[in-house]
Amino acid sequence: MNKQTIDRPDVRGNPTSVSTPQTQLGASIKAPSRPGERATLESARGAAKTRPLFEREIVRKAVRASFVKLDPRHQLRNPVMFVVEVGSVLTSLLFLQALFGKGEASAAFTGAIAAWLWFTVLFANFAEAMAEGRGKAQAEALRRTKKETLARRLRQPLQATEQERIDTSETVASTLLRKDDIVRVKAGEFIPADGEVIEGVASVDESAVTGESAPVVRESGGDRSAVTGGTRVISDWLVIRVTSNPGEGFLDRMISMVEGAKRQKTPNEIALDILLATLTLIFLLVCITLLPFSIYSVNAAGQGTPVTITVLVALLVCLIPTTIGGLLSAIGIAGMDRMIQANVIAMSGRAVEAAGDVDTLLLDKTGTITLGNRQATEFVPAEGVRIEELADAAQLASLADETPEGRSIVVLAKEKYGLRARDVETLHAHFVPFTAQSRMSGVDLNGTVIRKGAADAVQRFVESKRGVFPPRVRAAVDNIAKQGGTPLVVASAQNETARVLGVIHLKDIVKGGIRERFAQLRRMGIKTIMITGDNPLTAASIAAEAGVDDYLAEATPEAKLKLIRENQAGGRLVAMCGDGTNDAPALAQADVAVAMNTGTQAAKEAGNMVDLDSNPTKLIEVVEIGKQLLITRGALTTFSIANDVSKYFAIIPAAFVSTYPALSKLNIMRLATPGSAILSAVIFNALIIIALIPLALRGVRYKPAKATTLLTRNLLLYGVGGLIAPFIGIKVIDLVLVALGLA
Amino acid sequence: MSAVIFIVFIVGGSAALSWPLGRYMKWAMDPPAVVGARRRALDRLFERVTGRLGREQQGWKRYMVTLLAFNVIIFAVSFGVMALQQYLPLNPDGMKAIEGSLIFNTAASFTTNTNLQHYSGESTMSYLSQLCALMWLQFVTPAVGLAALAAMARGLVGRAPGNFFLDVQRATFLIMLPAAVLVATLVVLGGMPMTLQGAAQATTLEGATQTIARGPVAAFLAIKQLGTNGGGFFGPNSAHPFENPTFWTNVLSTISIILIPMACVWMFGRIVGRLRHAAVVFGVMLALMSMRIACAAWFESAPTQAFTALPIEQSTGNLEGKELRFGTAAGPLWAVVTTSTSNGSVNCMHDSLNPMTGLMPLIGMWLNEDFGGVGVGMINMFVYVILAVFLAGMMVGRTPEYLNRRVEAREVKLAAVAMLAHAFFILGASALFAVTPWGTKTLNNGGAHGFSEMLYEFSSSTANNGSGFEGLGDNTPPWNIATGIVMLLARFIPILLPLAIAGSLASKRPTAQSAGTLGVEGGTFAVMLTAVIAIIGALTFFPAGALGPIVEHLQFMP
Repeated sequence: MNKQTIDRPDVRGNPTSVSTPQTQLGASIKAPSRPGERATLESARGAAKTRPLFEREIVRKAVRASFVKLDPRHQLRNPVMFVVEVGSVLTSLLFLQALFGKGEASAAFTGAIAAWLWFTVLFANFAEAMAEGRGKAQAEALRRTKKETLARRLRQPLQATEQERIDTSETVASTLLRKDDIVRVKAGEFIPADGEVIEGVASVDESAVTGESAPVVRESGGDRSAVTGGTRVISDWLVIRVTSNPGEGFLDRMISMVEGAKRQKTPNEIALDILLATLTLIFLLVCITLLPFSIYSVNAAGQGTPVTITVLVALLVCLIPTTIGGLLSAIGIAGMDRMIQANVIAMSGRAVEAAGDVDTLLLDKTGTITLGNRQATEFVPAEGVRIEELADAAQLASLADETPEGRSIVVLAKEKYGLRARDVETLHAHFVPFTAQSRMSGVDLNGTVIRKGAADAVQRFVESKRGVFPPRVRAAVDNIAKQGGTPLVVASAQNETARVLGVIHLKDIVKGGIRERFAQLRRMGIKTIMITGDNPLTAASIAAEAGVDDYLAEATPEAKLKLIRENQAGGRLVAMCGDGTNDAPALAQADVAVAMNTGTQAAKEAGNMVDLDSNPTKLIEVVEIGKQLLITRGALTTFSIANDVSKYFAIIPAAFVSTYPALSKLNIMRLATPGSAILSAVIFNALIIIALIPLALRGVRYKPAKATTLLTRNLLLYGVGGLIAPFIGIKVIDLVLVALGLA
Repeated sequence: MSAVIFIVFIVGGSAALSWPLGRYMKWAMDPPAVVGARRRALDRLFERVTGRLGREQQGWKRYMVTLLAFNVIIFAVSFGVMALQQYLPLNPDGMKAIEGSLIFNTAASFTTNTNLQHYSGESTMSYLSQLCALMWLQFVTPAVGLAALAAMARGLVGRAPGNFFLDVQRATFLIMLPAAVLVATLVVLGGMPMTLQGAAQATTLEGATQTIARGPVAAFLAIKQLGTNGGGFFGPNSAHPFENPTFWTNVLSTISIILIPMACVWMFGRIVGRLRHAAVVFGVMLALMSMRIACAAWFESAPTQAFTALPIEQSTGNLEGKELRFGTAAGPLWAVVTTSTSNGSVNCMHDSLNPMTGLMPLIGMWLNEDFGGVGVGMINMFVYVILAVFLAGMMVGRTPEYLNRRVEAREVKLAAVAMLAHAFFILGASALFAVTPWGTKTLNNGGAHGFSEMLYEFSSSTANNGSGFEGLGDNTPPWNIATGIVMLLARFIPILLPLAIAGSLASKRPTAQSAGTLGVEGGTFAVMLTAVIAIIGALTFFPAGALGPIVEHLQFMP
C-alpha cells in the first residue's frame, strides 16, 4: 500500500506525489473503515456469513454422501472410523447368525448394537459431508462469478498492428485457455482467466470477487497488473497473459481443499492421526486381551459365560476416540471454510495451520495501522503572520488539490477558521500542480504566488525571491517532524518578494481501535512490527501512538527481508501481507504470507494466501482462524478421551457381571440391565458425534488470551466436561430405553 | 497418626535430600564447559580407560548403538559366567549347572536392572556367578539409565548426546559407587552384617546348634536399594532381620529406594536449564506416588479378610506377611515406593496385602514414571510429557512445542509406540498365560487372586521392577523365557524411543517463547500432565485391574 513511500522515501514531505497511487489502491484498502462501503462488502460475502449451519439443500446432499462414504476405501483414510466400520460388519454378521441360528447373544441385542455402530459411521460421514457441502457451496458462490465466457485469443500478440492482431485472433471458450495464452479483453467483456496485463490500461469491476463496488485501474507493468478471472472490464481494453491452466486457479485450488477425498492432511492433523491410531491400537489390545482374561475368570469363578464378541466390539467402539476421529476431517475442512468466509483463499491447509503459530506480525503502516492518508490537523503561523492569514493562504493553495491531504487542508480551514471553500474559476486563480522538479504545488492569483511543499523546497523558493526562511519556522518544522507529523511549509510571494507564512501540520491518523487490537495480540504472545517508509522519528511517534511493539522505518524490500530472516533465526514464525512485486521476496520468506488480491501476480505467487478484500488488517483474523482450528482439534480430542472413563463404568460391570456378580457395585450409574448399559453407551457414543457437528463446523469459541488462560479454560470445559457429560448422557439414554420397554 | 508422620518423614526427607543430590549429579554427569582442574582430571581418567571410544563426540544413532552394544556385552558376560559356573573357580559349595531358560531369564533380569529372581541365590549361584554375573551389573545398569537420561536431556536443548562410555563411567564411579559406600557404612552402623566370613555357628539355649547365614550384606543392600535393583542377599529380601535389622535401617533403606530416582528429575531440570519445569514434573510424580501411598496405607489399615469376622483386635490392620518390628505402615509404604521406582525389593509379602493395597504396586508399575527406575523413570515420564504437551499445545491454538521445539508427527509416533509397547507387554503376555497351562498350571491361588499373580509378574517384568507377587511357581521354562523376553524389550524400547525423540527434537530450530506458547512450568500444565497419566493409565489397565484386585476387593465387600 505504501509501496510508493517505500520506493521513494524522500518524497515524504510531499503529499501530492504520494497521493497518485493511493487514490486507486487506497480505495480498496480504506473500504472497511468507511461504514457505507463496509455494508457492500459484508453483503458480498453475506451469502456465506449468514449461511445457516444446516441448510436444507446441503443437508440433503450430505445425507446421501454419508452412505456413499461407507466405501471402505474412503474409510481407510481414517483409521478410527475404519475400525468402527469393521466392527459394524462383524456385529451385523453376528446378528445374522443369531437370527438364523444359534447366536452368542440375543438377535435383538446384537442387532441393536450393529445398527448403532452403523449409525456411528454414518454420523461421522455426515459430519464430513456437511463440512464439505458448506465449503463447496461457498466456493461455488465464488465460482459462479467465474462465468464460462468466450475469449479472444491472440495468435500474433507482439509486434503486430491492431488490425493484424484482430485478423489473426480466434475465439475460444475460456475453459480452453492455457497458461501463457494471450487474450484481448475490451470494455464490457469478462476477463476469462487469472492473468497479468501486458498491454493497456482499463478500469475493471472486481466486485464479484472482492465485494468492492468501486472499479479499480489495471495496467501493464508495476503493481497493478494482476487481473482475476470473472471480473469485468468497464472501460478501455487490456491485453492479458493467462497465468494459470484451467483447474489451477485460486478458486479451483480452494475447492479442492474442501473436498475430503482430495484434501491433503496438514502436519498437525497427521500427528494427531498417529496419536488417534495408537490409542485405537491400545484399546484394540485392551479389548482383545479381555477375551482370554474373561475365559480365565469364568474358569476360575466357575460361573458365567465369557464375554461375547458383540460386547467386545461395543466396548472397543466406545473406547476408541470416535468423537474426534469422526469429526477430525470435518474440523479441517471447516477451518478452510472459515478462511473462505473471511474472503481469504489459502493455498494449502498447512498455511492455515501455520497461521495459528505466528509469533510476529509485520504490518504495513499505511492502510493497516493508519488511515490511508495524512490529514491536516494544525496551522502554525510564522512570526508576524496571523493564523487566519496562514489558513487562508493554505486553503487557496489547496483548493484545486484533489489529493486527500489537500482536501483535508481545505476542511481544516473551514472547520477551524470558518473559511468557506471558494471557487478557483471565479478567483481567476491558476493552479500550479506538483512537479518532481519544483516539489511544490500551489496557486497563482492576481500576481500573488502561493506555494506549499516540503521545507527544503520552500526554502529554496523563498531564498530565490530575496526572502528568508525564519528560524522559528525551521523550529516548527522540526518539531512537527519529531512528533511524527509531516510539515508542509506555506509561502507567498508578491512582486518578487517572498515570505514564509507558516507550517501546516499533516498527521497520520491512527485507526480507531487498533491500539486495543495490538494489546490483545500482545497478550496472545504475538509481536507486532510496523513497516513504514517514513523516517525513524515519524515512525517512532506513530508506533508509540498505535502501540506496536517495534517498527521498521525507511523500509526497503531488502530491509524487510532481513527483518523477517532475523525474526525467523530467533525462532519466530513471521506473518506479513504485501501486494507489490518488490514484496515478493519477503512474502516468499515469511511463514504466512497474505497477498492482496489487488497486488501483482508475483506477489500472489510468493504468498500462501490471497485476501480477496485486500485488507491488510485481515492478517489478525487469519491468525485467529488458524488458532481456532487447532483448539477445536485439541478440545475434541481431550473430550473424546475423557469420555472413556464413564464408558468403562457402564460396560465393564455389564460385561462381567455373570462371572463376578460383585462387579455390579461398579455400576455406579445404576443402569437397568447389562444389555441396556452397553447399548446406552454405544448410543451415547454415536449421538455425541451428531451433537458436536455444530461445534466442529463453527470451531470452538476463541477469545484471544494468553496460553495459560486458554489451557485452563479448555481443560475445564472439554476435559472435566468430557469426564462428566457422558455419565449423565448414558444414564438418560438408559432411562429412555427403560421407558420404551427396550431395556 | 504415627503412620502419617512416618510416611511424611520418609517421603519429605527423600524429597529434601534429592535437591542437593540432583545438583551433584548434574555436576557429575554433565559438567559445565569450564570446570575445575580436579573435575577435568576425572573425565580425563575416564577417557583414558576407554581410549578413543570414550573421547569421540557421538551422534544420536551412535550413542544408541553403543548403548545397545554395551548391554549385549554385559548380557553375554553374565550369561556366560552363569552357564559355565560348574567349570569355573570360586564355587566352594559345588553349585551345579543351571537350567538354560533360568540362565536366560536371570541374565536378562540383571542386564535390564529388573532383578526378577526366579531362583534362590544360596542354592543356585556360585560365588563367581554372584559376583561376576550379577553383582557388578547392579552398579552398571543404573548407570546406563543415568547415561541415557543425560543424553536425552542434552538433546532437548539442542546439544549432541555426548559419549556413552564417558557417561556410564561418570554414573558408575561418581554417583553409584560413592553413594553405595556411604549407605553401606551407615547401615553397618545400624547393625547390618558386613563380613566375608562364612555362616556363624551358634548354640541355642536348649543346646542345639544353629547355622546363621551372614556375609557382605551391607555392601549388597546399599546398591540394591540405591540402583533400583532390588535383588536381595537373602531370600526374604529386606524382610530378613540381617538385611533390615532395625527401624532405622528400614528408614534408610526406604529413602535409598527413591532418593536417586527423585534426584534424576532435578538433574534433568538442571541439564535442560528449566528447574521450574523440573519442579512441575517432580510435583506431579510426588502427587501420584503419594496418592498411592495414602491409598495403600488406608486399605492396609483394615484387617485381612479372613480376620474380619473373628473376635480379635482389629485396630492393628492387616499384619499378615509383615515384619512386626516395622509395623503396618512401613510395609505398604515400602511396597508402593519399591514399585514406583522399579526397585522391587520388599520388606513384606505383597501377596498378603489386602486386595486394594495390592492394586497400588500394580498401578505403580503400570504407570512406571513416578519416580521410576534410575534415569529411566524420568525418561518414561518424558513420553507422557510429550503426549500432554501435544494435547495441551493444540488446546492453546499452536503447533505443540516442548522446551521451544516443535512436537510433530515423528515425535508423537515414537512416543505413541513407546506407550503401546508398555501396554502390549503387560496385557498381551498376561492374556497368553491366562488361557494356557503355562500360566494356569503354575498358580497357587485360584480366582481373581490367581489372575493378579500373573498380571503382577508381567507388570513387574515390563516395568523392570523385579518384585514378585509370589504364590506363583514361576521357575518354569515358559515363565523364564516369556518374562526374559519381556524384560529385555520393555527395557530397551522405552530407552531408545525417547532418545530418538530427543535426537529428533535436537535437530529442530528452536522457537521463541511468548505469552502464546504453552508454558510447562505452571500449575495448569501440572494438572494436564497428571490427568494425561491418570486417564491413559486407567483406560489401558482398568479392565485388567477390575478382573484382578478390584473384583477381589468387591467380592468381600458387604
